[in-house]
Amino acid sequence: MITLSTVDLSLAAGLVLAMAALSWRMQLGLSGQLLIAGTRTVVQLLLIGLVLKALFANVDLLWVTGISLVMLLAAGREVMARQQRRFTGWWGFGMGTGAMFISSFAITVLALTTMVATDPWYDPQYAVPLLGMLLGNTMSGIALALDRLTTTAWQQRAIIEQRLMLGATRLDAIAEIRREAMRSGMMPIINSMAAAGLVSLPGMMTGQILAGSPPLEAVKYQILIMFLISAGTGFGVTAALWLASKRLFDDRHRLRLDKLTGPRS
Amino acid sequence: MVELEEAHMSALNVIDLRTHGRGPYSLCIAPGECVSLRGDSGSGKSLLLRAIADLDPHDGQVLLDAISRTQFTAPQWRKQVALLPAESQWWQDEVGAHFPAEKCPWLEPLGFDAETMRWQVSRLSSGEKQRLALARILMNKPRILLLDEPTASLDNDNVLAVEKLIEKYRCDTATAVLWVSHDAQQAARVGDRHLQLTTDGIREYTT
Repeated sequence: MITLSTVDLSLAAGLVLAMAALSWRMQLGLSGQLLIAGTRTVVQLLLIGLVLKALFANVDLLWVTGISLVMLLAAGREVMARQQRRFTGWWGFGMGTGAMFISSFAITVLALTTMVATDPWYDPQYAVPLLGMLLGNTMSGIALALDRLTTTAWQQRAIIEQRLMLGATRLDAIAEIRREAMRSGMMPIINSMAAAGLVSLPGMMTGQILAGSPPLEAVKYQILIMFLISAGTGFGVTAALWLASKRLFDDRHRLRLDKLTGPRS
Repeated sequence: MVELEEAHMSALNVIDLRTHGRGPYSLCIAPGECVSLRGDSGSGKSLLLRAIADLDPHDGQVLLDAISRTQFTAPQWRKQVALLPAESQWWQDEVGAHFPAEKCPWLEPLGFDAETMRWQVSRLSSGEKQRLALARILMNKPRILLLDEPTASLDNDNVLAVEKLIEKYRCDTATAVLWVSHDAQQAARVGDRHLQLTTDGIREYTT
């Protein structure tokens, strides 16, 4: 494996700086964001590198659980931040976080105990990256699906209420909107499974190959990961949408948009 | 005692209903009776109808044939206590997809025929939507009709056709009707009794 020197990374950073300069010249208004995001990448990844190094050095279930929870909370915050209209109060955070916890954690533990079968099962070298990939993808799916559900419900409130007036149950009244939300949450992972290997070489597989793994071993891992991600995203989105569409109504099947916050400015 | 008697006789009985900071409103309608309701714009006529149909949170009691609403599930209640809103909504491409059955006996009296079921919703006029919305809600065979200006966008002939159909349905099925109308002549024409709504209550008036 060829290790990268500081000079190598500086060259790559130079490319980003050049792009920022170009953006500044063209008045795209992107240079600031680009530089901040670039800096964040360096700092955040270096920090997680140090954390992983420490974690690998002393394998301890408590530490693995701790970092898993930090990752979960960060993902939950991200889901909340991506909503145009989120649920008021604790639900705004709890809904997405709860759905991610159920699906990502269950699937990671299942994969670690049966498919990858590491020893001990919580070996951080496998547990943390696996959970990270699952959380990251489930997070995107849930954020998209919830946003779609709540904004569409808001726009189509008159139609939903018309259907309630005609005697529809809350589940019937929002069935199509929920189906659309489910589709938009699942689309990214379905697309990337369909395009895998043809259009793009998945990042994890590329990484393993760069690190010197035999290509077929890397491919097997990538297939495993993609299946886990699609199942995890599917279960997570289903759970989040189930909770959210129940929460949009009360027990008398009334549409309660007052449980959503106003649009984010 | 008199009140109890009255409640027992009523098809719809609303007791101390409060919604969106308005009320308390009380009213009762006998089976087969049509009551007109008027009030300044913004006095809360539509909100009152929405609360009776259980679409908004509220305080107070509503009874259907002396049975409390809490005894019904919300969808059951709304099928029996039907609200026809001022503006109807259509979410499928074809008219027929909004009806629970292919055959609708109310199309013909409203000037439509069986072919109407295959019409595109996007090509309906507002008057056609209003009449079709009435046909659609009658498919649920409601016991109570809450009508929010059901003839607002209709020409004279169709106003009369709608009034006639509602009267026939009401008499055939002993349905109680609460009819919001801006038109004093219409209110006098269709109503057995007349109610005026203010922000703090309801009073009866004679024409």
